[in-house]
Amino acid sequence: MKIRAQIGKVLNLDKCIGCHTCSVTCKNVWTSREGMEYAWFNNVETKPGVGYPKEWENQEVWNGGWVRKKNGRIAPKMGGKLRILAKIFANPDMPEIDDYYEPFTFDYEHLQNAPESETAPTARPRSLISGERMEKIEWGPNWEEILGGEFSKRSRDVNFEAIEKEVYGQFENTFMMYLPRLCEHCLNPTCVAACPSGAIYKREEDGIVLIDQDKCRGWRMCVSGCPYKKIYYNWRSGKSEKCIFCYPRIEAGQPTVCSETCVGRIRYLGVLLYDADRIESAAAVEDPKDLYQAQLDIFLDPFDPEVIRQARADGVPQSWLDAAQRSPVYRMAMDWKVAFPLHPEYRTLPMVWYVPPLSPIQSAAEAGALGSHGLIPDVSQLRIPLRYLANLLTAGDEAPVKLALERMLAMRAYMRARHVEDRRELEVLDRVGLTEAAIEDMYQTMAIANYEDRFVIPTSHREYAEEAFDLRGECGFSFGDGCSGGGGKIDLFSHEVRVGPSAGGRSDRAAPGR
Amino acid sequence: MADWFHILVFGYYPYLAATVFLAGSLIRFDREQYTWRSGSSQLLRRRQLIWGSVLFHVGVLLLFFGHFVGLLTPKEIYHAFGMGSGTKQVLAIVAGGLFGVVCFVGLTMLLHRRLFDPRIRATSSVMDIAILVLLWLQLVLGLASLPLSWAHREGGEIMVQLSLWAQKIVTFQSDAADYAMGVHWIYQAHIVLGLTIFLVFPFSRLVHVWSAPIGYLGRRGYQVVRTREGRRAA
Repeated sequence: MKIRAQIGKVLNLDKCIGCHTCSVTCKNVWTSREGMEYAWFNNVETKPGVGYPKEWENQEVWNGGWVRKKNGRIAPKMGGKLRILAKIFANPDMPEIDDYYEPFTFDYEHLQNAPESETAPTARPRSLISGERMEKIEWGPNWEEILGGEFSKRSRDVNFEAIEKEVYGQFENTFMMYLPRLCEHCLNPTCVAACPSGAIYKREEDGIVLIDQDKCRGWRMCVSGCPYKKIYYNWRSGKSEKCIFCYPRIEAGQPTVCSETCVGRIRYLGVLLYDADRIESAAAVEDPKDLYQAQLDIFLDPFDPEVIRQARADGVPQSWLDAAQRSPVYRMAMDWKVAFPLHPEYRTLPMVWYVPPLSPIQSAAEAGALGSHGLIPDVSQLRIPLRYLANLLTAGDEAPVKLALERMLAMRAYMRARHVEDRRELEVLDRVGLTEAAIEDMYQTMAIANYEDRFVIPTSHREYAEEAFDLRGECGFSFGDGCSGGGGKIDLFSHEVRVGPSAGGRSDRAAPGR
Repeated sequence: MADWFHILVFGYYPYLAATVFLAGSLIRFDREQYTWRSGSSQLLRRRQLIWGSVLFHVGVLLLFFGHFVGLLTPKEIYHAFGMGSGTKQVLAIVAGGLFGVVCFVGLTMLLHRRLFDPRIRATSSVMDIAILVLLWLQLVLGLASLPLSWAHREGGEIMVQLSLWAQKIVTFQSDAADYAMGVHWIYQAHIVLGLTIFLVFPFSRLVHVWSAPIGYLGRRGYQVVRTREGRRAA
């Protein structure tokens, strides 16, 4: 047993209102640069839909994630090391920027500079890549917002597998949910495995997956390897970039920007202890439906004295063990079993988990049959098909998702009975196998969701920290090139001189519309 | 051509180019690793890249190793294996011609794409375009030399002479320039342009050649975990 700790994350989809605050604050902090205009380390998709980039979940198209071979071992779906190297000159499994969207700005200046005319001047779109006029914007980062577009296109969503989806194209039966997505900081990341340069690595101390910008050579295999399509090739710098889990904030004990700014308070951060020796065997279980349980099995109980002893021996600091015992992520994933990994069938063992959303009862309310299962309605009658959620979260196994939804409904029923009718509704707890204490705790964590309950982040430990004395006088976060900032006029090594933030248009190229 | 100029070009310029090539690469790797990349534009436009890039790279790699072996192998070695200079020259013409055509098709596609695709053109640096043009011209000169070589295929003298020039350059012999004397201007231009490509190499995206990720095949397992100190964790 080799114990490591990771800061895991849970997103409570039941509370996501799809406001995109997470995406926008993330973009403002990390990707508002030339070459990364199209990249959203965090984005919010409306499901069902093909998503961003288009059809990212369809691994028959992109070959992301892992496959289990006949001999019981796993290999990247895009091929073993030789096959990956064979794709280095031209990568057939890589999306084009149009699969994300062509980034654009508008000729805002024209609104001020236009000569007198009969009609009001307009700000027409212009490509942020070529600087050329775009007559029509055909796709964007959130094109399917609130079920935008035709059902025939949206329903190419692979989560409709084994569902008679035509029914859900009818207005009366339609359903939707929001899915905020970011890098999963997997235990078994395919991006790391596919990187020929060895530039991508997982940090031992907190599990954050990063790309060494100096070592990245732009072979672009990680873009294909990641089944979540959460690695973005920066076309300006020629390097791949990804969500860094706001590691400078995490090290300081602060939540990531997307979590901090989430107005719905749906995001949770906490420490998980896991057995690093069992990653490969967990990722290689035969039946994809067992992957969820296999991942649960490698998480370790932070109260187990044997685990604590071994964790200390493996160098996990005491503050991290304390945080692990108070981890909201552990409680939601392990104690209450209400959080699930996104697409466990990719075999990457993702570490950003999701609480499935409840939705209105479809037909029972009309029929007045709400009480047919006692206080908990029949979850198979929820507007969002159970199978759809199961395809998203448990490789199609409906039972765990059903239990989670029932537990959330039970929590509501119990708290409603207590607050409105002033009685203890114990029957409903028995049905879902939770104690009163657990429900109270669940309510406090998931419904009230105070800041200190959502984010239990130990600061980076002294032994991990860089020697501050050595860092004195340095320039902090920069793009290589030491402190020079690449602002010189002399361009000996094709080092791009950046001209202002991309969002404001490119002063060097984009001529205002005439 | 004046003697002093001939010596300058074929006797000294090779060392200038080699020095800049090696020292420049080292300095850039040391100082500017953030700029050290292949510079792929596949994300922006897939069209013409898949075929263009594969044909170009396969062709140019084989051409490079062909030149490397062909120029730097002393003739005594292949003579010892029973291969005459004439046979070697025919082999070089056939192999070089074949790979040259493969490379030419790919490179022409890439150059066309870079010049005429609005996205690629707009995101290209001057050096991105210049290096493609240089390589394309070099390839055209190389292909243009094939008929000349074919005409002299009997004794294989031209190639023996040019490979002696190369061998004397890399072994630091002062009379190297003499061996580039009197050959057709196409060969001479091909040599000069080739040296120039080495000269500009560290200032272009070509530096990614140094980083060909062969070591990937030897990586133990698939995963990479780094400790805080930057070591690879067990």
